Amino acid sequence: MINHSLKHLAGMLAGKEISSVELTQEYLNRIARFNPEINAYITVDPELSLAQARAADQRLANGDAGPLTGIPIAQKDIFCAKGWKTTCGSKMLETFIAPYDAGVIERFNAAGAVSLGKTNMDEFAMGSSNETSYYGKVQNPWDRTRVPGGSSGGSAAAVAARLCAAATGTDTGGSIRQPASLCGLSGLKPTYGLASRYGMIAFASSLDQAGPMAHSCEDMALMMNVMTGFDERDSTSLQREKEDYTRDLGKPLAGLRVGLPKEYFAEGLDTGVAKVVEAAVEEYRKLGAEIVEVSLPNTMLSIPVYYVLAPAEASSNLSRYDGVRFGHRAAEYDDLMDMYCKSRAEGFGAEVKRRILIGTYVLSAGYYDAYYLKAQQIRRLIAEDFARAFEQCDLILGPTAPSTAFKAGEKADDPVSMYLQDIYTIAVNLAGLPGMSIPAGFATVADGTALPVGLQVIGNYFDEARMLNAGHAYQQVTDWHTRMPEGIA
Amino acid sequence: MSLNTNDVKRIAHLARLAVSEEEAEATLVKLSGILGLIEEMQAVDTTGIAPMSHSQDVTQRLREDKVTESNQRELLQSIAPAVENGLYLVPQVIE
Repeated sequence: MINHSLKHLAGMLAGKEISSVELTQEYLNRIARFNPEINAYITVDPELSLAQARAADQRLANGDAGPLTGIPIAQKDIFCAKGWKTTCGSKMLETFIAPYDAGVIERFNAAGAVSLGKTNMDEFAMGSSNETSYYGKVQNPWDRTRVPGGSSGGSAAAVAARLCAAATGTDTGGSIRQPASLCGLSGLKPTYGLASRYGMIAFASSLDQAGPMAHSCEDMALMMNVMTGFDERDSTSLQREKEDYTRDLGKPLAGLRVGLPKEYFAEGLDTGVAKVVEAAVEEYRKLGAEIVEVSLPNTMLSIPVYYVLAPAEASSNLSRYDGVRFGHRAAEYDDLMDMYCKSRAEGFGAEVKRRILIGTYVLSAGYYDAYYLKAQQIRRLIAEDFARAFEQCDLILGPTAPSTAFKAGEKADDPVSMYLQDIYTIAVNLAGLPGMSIPAGFATVADGTALPVGLQVIGNYFDEARMLNAGHAYQQVTDWHTRMPEGIA
Repeated sequence: MSLNTNDVKRIAHLARLAVSEEEAEATLVKLSGILGLIEEMQAVDTTGIAPMSHSQDVTQRLREDKVTESNQRELLQSIAPAVENGLYLVPQVIE
């Protein structure tokens, strides 16, 4: 049961082979058994989950079910969900019970999906290993001594360990795609503006975007159908016709023009990862795709640009945590200023503080033009790189991350080395394009462990349906996405 | 651009983050590394390039001027660190 597709599960629910309560209980049992070690979830509340499952069973009985009604999924703890503790991986929000639902949560609730709980994440989504969470590290199910990636590391580990049928993530610089790559699953960051940011705790508002994490592209298409759509409460939400992201699944790939950016296959890419990605490209050639070389010359600049824009926006967004209306307040303080400073110093972890300081610095008097404005200008150059590449191809393929999962602690003390994890993903956020990672095989690392490798698929704006079909076609001729880690049966 | 610990303390104050002497020193090392990374931008000639804040050509939406929020004072204050008689409590700011 834990390996069935969402479509298959929906069929079982519709055919009364199983109830949503039984399915939810099965996952809750697995969570009780495996989560104490894997630590994929911060909050599990069986009563809330089972109440949703009972309501879903009622809808199924009434013939009022949609494709996700009764399906148990996990929500990244960045989404406010009414009545659920919503921590964003931070001590700052340790006692925060969300008083309202995020736009994405509302949509899943309306679809009748069941929430199994809130998944672990890097604090305020700032990290690439899940090690900055106040709620402890998450284990990579493929090798428990390694990180699952981040920031949506809990969601990735939960999907990989079959502790949910699918999950949500958010991606500001690679936070869906990199953990999907490191944990051997599929993850999609949609075009900026497709999924509502309302009630999704803000990190860098001009880059943050929610998306699905699941085993297959078909599962992700079903998730996309539910989680995207206009929301007037999000000022950057795009007003567009509702799309069916399953519409292209099954179309042949003959004639598809696939671009390989030469900068993505240069120095810095692990050779084991390169081999897997090249084999995947070969598979696309067999499927009828035409392979062309493209260039994204400003790729290397995406990291400095990101580490100006994201911290600048974060320093502004995180100024709301002042210990007054919600969140952590220091126990002792001299006056109001002291209360602010101590509450924030105690409530935020080291990486979050570093980014607030960087952001405050680049926005401080006299530096705006040299940093924020300059970064926004280079951001346009990066977006123009992609526009030129998409004149020559329909989709871009490359690695998602430069390496496979690394050992916990290996990069924890070296922020710059951690930031380079996102070298192939960040430019996609800066340009606002959709990007996805799908499992493409395994690379054997020095200690003999075989670890999953993700293939990144980058599409033009609003081309998610084509990307999902390209992934789906690959998943019809490969079985990497069905592989299961040992020790979780 | 090189920072010293006094800069770190000044920025920390602007960000309303309490920072001890030892923390300021440790933070200085890490921040300098990150700023070194950021400096790579300065080599790029960006004369005449329009800054980009959103990938789509969108304008700010306007909405009708009508009340959309309901009164949820009790719910919203139930998660506050300190309230009294429907008011948020903070240390005295006016003598």
